[in-house]
Amino acid sequence: MAVARGRRTLAVILALLTIGGCASPDEPAPPAASSPASAAFPVTVGGVTLDERPDRIVSLSPTATEVLFAIGAGPQVVAVDDQSDYPAGVPVTDLSGFQPNAEAITARTPDLVVLSNDINGIVASLTTLRIPVYLAPAATSLDDAFRQWRELGTLTGHPADALVGQVGTEIDKLVAALPERAKPLTYYYELGPELYSATSTTFVGALLGRAGLTNVADPADANGAAGGYPQLNQEFLVKANPDLIFLADVTCCAQSAATVAARPGWDTMTAVRAKQVVALDDDVASRWGPRVVDLVRAVTDAVAKVPA
Amino acid sequence: MGPARRRPGPRGHGRGGQGPRVTRLRPLWWLTGLLAVAVAGVAGLAFGPVPLPPVAVATEIVNLLPGVRMTSGLDEREVAVLLQLRLPRVVLGLLVGAMLALAGAAYQGVFRNPLADPYLLGVAAGAGLAATAVIALDGPRTLLPAAAFTGALAAIGLTYLLGAAGGRDRSPAALILAGVAVAAFLEAGQTWLMQRHADDLREIYSWLLGRLATGGWSDVRMLLPYVVVTAVVVLLHRRELDVLTVGDEEAAGLGLHPQRSRLILVAAASLGTAAAVSVSGLIGFVGVIVPHTVRLLAGASYRAVLPLSMLFGAAFLMLADLVARTAVAPAEVPIGVITALFGAPFFVLVLRTHRRVAL
Repeated sequence: MAVARGRRTLAVILALLTIGGCASPDEPAPPAASSPASAAFPVTVGGVTLDERPDRIVSLSPTATEVLFAIGAGPQVVAVDDQSDYPAGVPVTDLSGFQPNAEAITARTPDLVVLSNDINGIVASLTTLRIPVYLAPAATSLDDAFRQWRELGTLTGHPADALVGQVGTEIDKLVAALPERAKPLTYYYELGPELYSATSTTFVGALLGRAGLTNVADPADANGAAGGYPQLNQEFLVKANPDLIFLADVTCCAQSAATVAARPGWDTMTAVRAKQVVALDDDVASRWGPRVVDLVRAVTDAVAKVPA
Repeated sequence: MGPARRRPGPRGHGRGGQGPRVTRLRPLWWLTGLLAVAVAGVAGLAFGPVPLPPVAVATEIVNLLPGVRMTSGLDEREVAVLLQLRLPRVVLGLLVGAMLALAGAAYQGVFRNPLADPYLLGVAAGAGLAATAVIALDGPRTLLPAAAFTGALAAIGLTYLLGAAGGRDRSPAALILAGVAVAAFLEAGQTWLMQRHADDLREIYSWLLGRLATGGWSDVRMLLPYVVVTAVVVLLHRRELDVLTVGDEEAAGLGLHPQRSRLILVAAASLGTAAAVSVSGLIGFVGVIVPHTVRLLAGASYRAVLPLSMLFGAAFLMLADLVARTAVAPAEVPIGVITALFGAPFFVLVLRTHRRVAL
């Protein structure tokens, strides 16, 4: 899984943070990413109350890890799960967010645990042990993601408003720069070669909808029974003939424009013929952290290249 | 359609008694089987998530004949849908269904156990573990068929070794129990791998539930030779299978080599199952339900059970796949879910209707 993450992306984020600090005059002097915590404790977010700034944070969510480091709470993070691989140098351990083990977590003597799933009653277990837990489940919208960033900011003493403002602005700018089209482009977003996709009701689907795209997967989960992640029928997909294909299964499943073109019948599709098959970064595409800007940029770049 | 009005040959499995006498396959059942395959095949081609006019479908199919070139009115993508996606999928369903049902019937005869099927003997579990390992450890997906195949053969080998480890007493029951143990062990390994690699769960799960969804002609080409070899070997041994059901001593008394026949049949059935599983994932129930149903309808002689299982297995899976791709179109239902959902109640129904001639 682990892929060498480019320093480029880190640089982008650092740049964003710096710009964010300067470009938000309305904000009440947002702290730079590395500044000491200035927020007052105790704080309460949802059901979590922290009497003082946490200094031993355990993050079992790759997204939360990215957010924590982006807002400057990185030095307070003592351990992250085995899937957290960004930014470079995070304290990776063999802890698992999919199979969280209360004992193993407790052994790190955390004063805040961040989880994306409450599996096996882990929240209850940790709460019994008086360890504060912040649950950050998969975001359902950009605003939902922003809320989580802000809450993580509040909990760690590193307000995330600047980051939120910057990312929001950047996305708006990317979307606004897209050319006008008489007819919206259609797309298929692939999560796996078994043709699992994401509808417009998902985080990523909503994001692509912002770029003015129409999702061909929407009819496959019209009532939401599949949770927004239906497995599409191949016949349907070839006939639906999307203008763009986004692959979020590049790293996991070795998919590429070439493997897609080699699938039976797919060479008749517009997206394949016009070379509008876009390889995304699996991890960026499946997380709801600050790198979501990279995802939107990859999408808008591809959309801009399609002749209007 | 009433039951065949004659006593089934052997009374159950492994209970001794007279060998099957009246074992000629009645033309009625041949016709019914062929009709079932034809109906399922035509239905599979005619219906799908993409509506195609039946006349156009027929025209394109006729166009496949050499020298014929008629206009069907379908656009290029619709032709691709029909000929590159739907047709191979129907053919794949036919081959996999025939294979799994035939292998199930063969196992049941070899092990003199009506419950024997690829699942009970660890074949499917072996294939499942190997495929899970490839996915979880990020192996190239092109390795999947080979890995599933190797895993299946390794598992049946292990089952056979353990089952035969008791020494001279190589009873069928020992083999079945060994198969259960091997399957449990391999499934534990698979579960462990899945937990360690939870981010691959969707892909693993999709494979485990069976999928003709992404098959194409390449899968058909890969599977066909194995199906032919397995079918020829197993069908050539139909007499041995009938004799094996009455017991090894009787078989030896008739001049057969029970252990040798058993080995050949197990190897052939495992080969076919492994090949089927490697392209289609794990599709359950076909191997146990179809042969039983055939047995209840047409009698227990393997001369009837083997070919009819192939026909009805093919028809069953083609129809199951039709449901899988149309029930919630344009989404998909895993075909393993369909075979279980329809197969199990259907089996119970047949069992209740024909209880007296059953086991």
